[in-house]
Amino acid sequence: MSTRLATGGRFIDRSQPRAFSFNGKRLRGYAGDTLASALLANDQMLVGRSFKYHRPRGVVAAGAEEPNGLVNLGKGQHFEPNQRVTTTELFDGLEAESQNHWPSLEFDVGAVNARLSRFLPAGFYYKMFIHPRSFWKHIYEPFIRASAGLGKAPKSRDADTYEHFHAHVDVLVIGGGISGLAAALAAGRAGVRVLLIEQTAHWGGRAPVDDPQINGLGAEEWINSTLQALEEMPNVQIRTRMMGAGVYDHGSVLCYEQLTDHIGPKDGPRHRLWQVRADRVITATGAIERPLSFAGNDVPGVMLAAALRDFVVNFGVSVGDRTVVVTNNDDAYRTAIVLKTAGLDVPCIVDARPAPTGELVAEARALGIRVEAGKGIAKVKGGKRVTAVALCAQAGEGAVLEEIPCDAVAMSGGWSPVVHLWSHCGGKLTWDEAGAMFRPDPDRPPTGADGEGFVLAAGTANGFLATSEALADAYAAGQIAAGIKKGKGPSALAPAEEPMAPVWMMPQGAAISLREKMWLDYQNDVKVSDVQLAAREGYESVEHTKRYTTLGMATDQGKLSNINGLAILSDSLGRPIPSVGTTTFRPPYTPISMGAIAGAARDGLFQPIRKTPMHGWHEANGAEFEPVGQWRRPYAFRRNGESTEAAVHREVKNTRDAVGLLDASTLGKLIVKGPDAGKFLDMLYTNMMSTLPVGKCRYGLMCSENGFLSDDGVVARIDEDTWLCHTTTGGADRIHAWMEDWLQCEWWNWKVYVANVTEQYAQVAVVGPKARMLLEKLGGGMDLSKEALPFMQWADGRIGDFDARVYRISFSGELSYEVAVPAGQGLAFWEALLAAGEEFGVMPYGTEALHIMRAEKGFIMIGDETDGTIIPQDLGLSWAISKKKDDYLGKRAHQRPHMTDPNRWKLVGLETTDGSVIPDGAYAVSEGVNDNGQRNTQGRVTSTYMSPTLGRGIAMGLILNGPDRMGELVEFPKIDGTSVTAKIVSPVFYDPEGEKQNG
Amino acid sequence: MLTLTCPYCGTHADETELAPGGEAHLKRFGPGSSDEDFEDYLFRRANPKGVHFERWRHAYGCGKWFLAARCTTTLEVYGTYPAQTTEPPEHILETIAAKRPGWSWEADT
Ligand SMILES: [Zn+2]
Repeated sequence: MSTRLATGGRFIDRSQPRAFSFNGKRLRGYAGDTLASALLANDQMLVGRSFKYHRPRGVVAAGAEEPNGLVNLGKGQHFEPNQRVTTTELFDGLEAESQNHWPSLEFDVGAVNARLSRFLPAGFYYKMFIHPRSFWKHIYEPFIRASAGLGKAPKSRDADTYEHFHAHVDVLVIGGGISGLAAALAAGRAGVRVLLIEQTAHWGGRAPVDDPQINGLGAEEWINSTLQALEEMPNVQIRTRMMGAGVYDHGSVLCYEQLTDHIGPKDGPRHRLWQVRADRVITATGAIERPLSFAGNDVPGVMLAAALRDFVVNFGVSVGDRTVVVTNNDDAYRTAIVLKTAGLDVPCIVDARPAPTGELVAEARALGIRVEAGKGIAKVKGGKRVTAVALCAQAGEGAVLEEIPCDAVAMSGGWSPVVHLWSHCGGKLTWDEAGAMFRPDPDRPPTGADGEGFVLAAGTANGFLATSEALADAYAAGQIAAGIKKGKGPSALAPAEEPMAPVWMMPQGAAISLREKMWLDYQNDVKVSDVQLAAREGYESVEHTKRYTTLGMATDQGKLSNINGLAILSDSLGRPIPSVGTTTFRPPYTPISMGAIAGAARDGLFQPIRKTPMHGWHEANGAEFEPVGQWRRPYAFRRNGESTEAAVHREVKNTRDAVGLLDASTLGKLIVKGPDAGKFLDMLYTNMMSTLPVGKCRYGLMCSENGFLSDDGVVARIDEDTWLCHTTTGGADRIHAWMEDWLQCEWWNWKVYVANVTEQYAQVAVVGPKARMLLEKLGGGMDLSKEALPFMQWADGRIGDFDARVYRISFSGELSYEVAVPAGQGLAFWEALLAAGEEFGVMPYGTEALHIMRAEKGFIMIGDETDGTIIPQDLGLSWAISKKKDDYLGKRAHQRPHMTDPNRWKLVGLETTDGSVIPDGAYAVSEGVNDNGQRNTQGRVTSTYMSPTLGRGIAMGLILNGPDRMGELVEFPKIDGTSVTAKIVSPVFYDPEGEKQNG
Repeated sequence: MLTLTCPYCGTHADETELAPGGEAHLKRFGPGSSDEDFEDYLFRRANPKGVHFERWRHAYGCGKWFLAARCTTTLEVYGTYPAQTTEPPEHILETIAAKRPGWSWEADT
C-alpha cells in the first residue's frame, strides 16, 4: 500500500494537518503536501480513468508532466476541471473529484470499452464511424459523447478575479532549479535587470532530492545562500508559483502566476497573466523522465522512478512497500537507494543494459539490492494496483523467467530536456545520440528583432544532465544573456554516471499481445501497437500520426509520450529518429485558466462603451439599447407595460403623423479640408463631391478597391476647401483610417487634412410633419422655411439658445432637420426639444423605428443590403456613380466581368401576398435542385419588417433580374417547412414622389 | 507579438499599438489597366519565406503609417521607414544586403 512514512518529507509540516475530501471521502494531509502526495499518503492510488478505455489510472509523475491525476476541483463558483493532482497544493477544505468515470471511480461502466479495445484501434474515429452517414446522429455521436470527455464544464459563473501584468526586463530566467538560480546569479551579478520565475512553490528543483555537493555545500545550503544573494540584488526579482507559458516574437513571454490556488478561495486576484518583454530569455526548465514501454506499464503503482523518490524525500510518502525498479540508466538506481535507505523493500533492479557498472550501481549492490542486468519486464500483473512483475530477457520476445511480487514499479527510460519554451518561437532541436534525446541546437535559436538568438537554454533543459555540467552551462548562459564574458561558475560534485542505453520497447522483440498493453499516452490511451498500426497503414509524418492515433493530444500534450511514440514510429518506418522529427511544441506549457486570459476584461470592463451626451436621458426613459459599433443606441423607448414591438410601432406612427426625435450623435462626422480636399473626395466617393456647392448636401457612396460598397452617408460642403462627411455609426473610425491610409500612403503630396469630429457634436434628427413647427417654436431667428432651407441644404444659426448647424436631410422620408449642436449642449438641446414639442406630441424614437422607416422609403442600410460582396449597381444606385470621373476607388473593379454580369442579383421591394413578414435571411427558390439536393435559389431577403405605416410585411431583397420582373411572384421557404409568397415591387413603399421629405 | 520602431515618433512600439496593412510598395492600377495588372494589384501578394516589406500603422500612437522590412522566418527587422516612398530607401537595402548576401530588391519583386 502507499502510505506516509514515519519520518522525512522536506516540504511537509507535520504539525499542521490539512483536511480535504476526495470523491466525498474525508482525508487528511499536511501543509506542504500536494494533492497527489496527500492522496498517496492515504493509500488512494487510483485517481482517475483513461479517456478511451476508462482504464484505472494512478499517479505516474510528481510534477507538471502528470497525465493521469486530473480532478474536478472546488465547488460552485470556484469549480474548475482538469486540475493536476501533482501541482495542486493542499489546503484546508480542498474538495476534489475524480473524472471520466460513471457511476463511480471504483466501478466504471465505461471500462467495458477496454474489452472492446480491438474494435477501437488507432484511427477508430475515422474507421468505425464513417458509414453509414445516418448512424452519426443517433448512434456514433451519442456513444462518443457519453464515453469521451475528462472534466466537467463549470456551470456557475466564476467568482474569482484575474489580472494582467506587464514587465520589461533584460533577462528573464524561466525555471528556479539550480540551473535557473545559477543563470540568474550570473546575470544579476552583471547588473542587468533580471526576473527569475519558478512554477512550483519551491526553489532548487530536484537537486535537493539527489543532493549533489555544490561549491562544497549541500544542495539545499547552496540554494539558500544563492537565493539570499539574489534577494539582496536590487536589479533582480524572483517569484514562485509563476510559470513561463509561452515564448513569442521579439522576446515576448507569457507567464502565468497562481496567487491563491495554494490557499483556496480568497479575495483578490487568483491568477495573474504576465506579458513580459525580455531582451534575453533563459529557459532553465529541466528535464522530464521518460516511461518505459512494457506490458501493463499503466497499472496504478507503476510510476516514474524519480517521482517515486520525490514522494519519499519531499513528502515522506512511500508509494509501495515492495518496489521493483526497471531502468536503462544509472539515475533510477538513486530511487532504489532512497527507498532502501528509508527502510522499504526493493526486491530487484531490472536493468535493460547488459553490464551496468557505475558508481550508483555499485552503491545499490552494496546495500544488498539485487540487480538483474540485461533483463526487462515482460508484463505487470494487477488491475487497480500492481501485484507483481514478470521478468524476461530484454533481448528476447518476452518469455517469462521469473515473477516477483511487488506493489510498486519505478521505471526510467532516460530523460528528455524540456525544450518546449525553446521551441515555441522557432528554436530548433538536435538529436543527441548518447542521451537518446532531443536537445536545443545552440546554432539555431529563436531569433529576435536584431537577428540574434534571444533564447538560451540552460542546464538540464539544454541537455546537460550531469549536475556539474548543468551548473557550468547555466552560469555561462546567465553571463552571455547579460552581455558579459564567460567566467567560472559554481562547481558540483555528484556520482559519475555510465551511459544510458535507449530502450523503446521492453522486451525488444515483444509479441503483439504484449505491445497491445504497452501504453505510450496514458491519458488518451495510445499504445505501442496503435502507432505501429498507423505506420503500417502508411502514416509517415509524425504530425499525421499524432492526429490519427491522438498520441500527445491530451491535456498533458504528450510530455511523457511524445519521444517514446516517435521512437516507435521511426522504428516501424525503418528511419532514424531525427529524420522523423518531433511534433510542434505549442504554448502554453501547461494549461492556463481562461480567467487569466480574460484578466479584468469582463462585465463593464470587457469593452469600453461609447455614450452620447443624451445617453443618461435614454437610460432614465425606458430605452432598450442595442450595440452599434462600440456605441449603445436606443433600440426603442418602451412606455409603461408596452411590448418592444408596440413601442416601435408607436414611434414610427408618431414620427409619420406628428414629430419624433432621434439621437443621431453616433453618426460619423469627418472634416476633410484643404486645397485638394475636393479632388480627394472625388477619389473616395463614387459620385462627384468637388462640384457640390457650398451650403448643399449630397448623398455619397464609398467603395473598396474591390468595388464593393463599404459605407454611405451625406456630405455637406462647408466652405471652399472644407467638406463634412457623414459616415455610418459603425464606420466612422474605419472610414477615417481609410482616408488616412490613402492620404499618407498613396497621395501623400495632396494637401488635405482629415479630422474625426464625431464626438464634438451632438446631433438630433427632428423628424415628421410637425418638425418645422417644433423648431420654429424654439425661436432663435433661423429661417427654416422650405424656401430658405430647402431639402439637401444646410445652414448655421441659432435655434433657441443653441448654436446649431441644421441639415435638411432625411433618412425616413419625412420632413426632417438634423441639428448638430456642440456636444456639451446636447442634453440641454434634447430636453429643450422635448419640452417645446409637448404640444406637438413629440416622442423620441429608436433605431428599430429608424430602420423600419428607411425600409418603407427604400433606403439601403450598410450591413443589411450590403455584406462585402455587393456593389452599388446591385442596389439600384447607379445614379450615385459619376460617369464623368476618370477614376475613383472601385471604378476599375466595377469594370470587371463579374461585376457587369447582368445576372447579378439586384435590389427590389418584396410585398407578401398574405401580408405576413418574410423571415430574415430567407432565400427565394427557383426550379430544380443543386448537386447537394438543395433547392436552387434566385435571390434572398436583405431587410424585412412589419410596416406599421402600411399595415403589412414589407421587405427588400436581391433577386435575379429583379428590376425587370416587377409584379412577378417569388417563393421563400421558411424553416417550419411552409413558405411565403411575395410580389416583386419597387423598394420605395412610402411617398415615392418624395413630397413629404421635400416639404 | 513583434516590436517595431515608429519612424515618425520614435516609439519602440509593441504589436498591440500597431495595425497591420499587408504588403508594402504595391503599385495601384486603376481604370485603363489590364485585367492581369488589376488582379495582381488586388489579389497577388508576395508570401516570401524571408525578406518582406510591410505596411504598419502606429494606430494607438501617433497614427502614422510606416513601412517595415522584416524577415518572416527569423523575425529580424532590418528597419522601418516613412510610407511616403515607392521603394525601399537605400540604407534599408544596404542593411538587408549586408545580412543576406545574394539578396536583391529586384529579385524579390
Ligand atoms: Zn508613431
